[in-house]
Amino acid sequence: MALIPFWTWAFHSVGIQLPYGWSWTLSQVTLIVIFQLLLALSVAVFILADRKIWAAVHLRRGPNVVGAFGMLQTIADALKFFFKEVIIPAGANKALFILAPLIAATLAFAAWAVVPVSAGWVVANINVGILYIFAISSLGVYGVIVAGWASNSKYAFLSALRAAAQMVSYEVSIGFVLITVLLFAGSLNLSAIVQAQAHGWFFFTMLFPMFVIFFVSSLAETQRPPFDLLEAESELVAGFMVEYSSTPFLLFFLGEYMNVIMLCGMMTVLFLGGWLPIPIWPLTEIPGIFWFLGKLFAVFFMMAMVKAIVPRYRYDQLMRLGWKVFLPTSLLWVVLTAAWVTFVRHGGA
Amino acid sequence: MLTTIAFYLFSAIMIAAAFMVVASRNPVHSVLFLILTFFNAAALFVLLGAEFLALVLLFVYVGAVVVLFLFVVMMLDIDFEQLRRGVQDYLLLGAGVGILLACELLMILIAWKSAPLSAASLAHATPLHVTNTEALGRILYTDYIYYFQTAGLVLLIAMIGAIVLTLRHRPGVRRQSIKAQNARTPAMSMELKDVLPGQGS
Repeated sequence: MALIPFWTWAFHSVGIQLPYGWSWTLSQVTLIVIFQLLLALSVAVFILADRKIWAAVHLRRGPNVVGAFGMLQTIADALKFFFKEVIIPAGANKALFILAPLIAATLAFAAWAVVPVSAGWVVANINVGILYIFAISSLGVYGVIVAGWASNSKYAFLSALRAAAQMVSYEVSIGFVLITVLLFAGSLNLSAIVQAQAHGWFFFTMLFPMFVIFFVSSLAETQRPPFDLLEAESELVAGFMVEYSSTPFLLFFLGEYMNVIMLCGMMTVLFLGGWLPIPIWPLTEIPGIFWFLGKLFAVFFMMAMVKAIVPRYRYDQLMRLGWKVFLPTSLLWVVLTAAWVTFVRHGGA
Repeated sequence: MLTTIAFYLFSAIMIAAAFMVVASRNPVHSVLFLILTFFNAAALFVLLGAEFLALVLLFVYVGAVVVLFLFVVMMLDIDFEQLRRGVQDYLLLGAGVGILLACELLMILIAWKSAPLSAASLAHATPLHVTNTEALGRILYTDYIYYFQTAGLVLLIAMIGAIVLTLRHRPGVRRQSIKAQNARTPAMSMELKDVLPGQGS
């Protein structure tokens, strides 16, 4: 929005009168490009943080060679991937083989369009933000299935089926958690959901069990340990992306971490009050964006700790947890929340 | 201007993708083109101001139904030569049905008349200041609540029916009982025996 006068001025100075619609489009595109570049850079930081936390738990040093404290390690890794040769296996479906990582990475970036990082700082402030997030994350399974099928490899395909079944299963309970939150907040707009938490973050209400379910489901949804069954290092090769090398692999990796950060962001927005500060005086002076980032990082820290300290689940245990524990619990909580909103908050049907 | 460009872009891609669903030789490609078709349909819904329908289309059809299609199609063992051999046998019948449908579409196109005042009410998908979701929810859960609940009931029965039809109880299958496993104690599953020298063989 703030860039509209800039583009109008820029085109005016070369003698072109730009209609409002075009300058609006240009300013949105510029905003999106800047936002996505920042996101891609932040992934580098998060990968480094993940490895450092993991290493600290193991009493190792983690990456410490490239740059001060190993800060440029992720950049170096990315550059290494760029300069490698793209190998497409014989018998692979070439178009789909290339398409799959693009789907995975694009969807991971697209989901960020509706996440408000501070008051009014959101690319698209749409009224169905929560549905948009749910729709985009339910599409993520295509990148996986298409990659597994197009590779023309039994291992990749089996792993893709495993991953797809896992993602579809946990999507169900994530959907119910989202429903409880939107019942509680009374809106599908993510900014409005954050505003609804001004008098108490949803983390500290009856929605707390839903936060736990959402947290564990996001671990399963992104195939983070302890649910990383599709690339269990001790028993399998690298899962559905076993045939991928170079930049396509980098895209999968980027998409995976982007999804992790996205779900941390969702937990921040849905349960931890997004950009809202802790309402005590000196803390309220800190800008919203730092609150958002701080909370996001706190959630990410928990995810990294889980990766470091929890042993891997068995596949049947994973399915049992999803369908027999989380699904009934979240379904019950939808009913409870609806009842609470109707009878306690609104005082009767 | 921009909306018009977007409309023609999305509709063109949608029609092309829909054509490819039928025309492409690989069934997996067909399903992927079907996804592209749904995507563009969702985009057209957004252009109409029906963003709720657009997203429901995405996560119900693309996110769930087509995933199952894709699963089934990928598992199928299809001989393409054999499939194509059958085309000639059904050509006459297929062409007949196709021509019939085309005639019906043409008749609708010629005879189509919209009611005099409908254009004004079509300008907005929902009344102003009421979001899409809210408007739909208000109608569904008040005026049409019985139809809505009946539809839900029918789906539930269909789901239970599918489970009942495919559930088989095979004898001799050892199932895991989490309760029994957790209730096990060392005393229940271990027995310590003193073996005297020379008697353990």
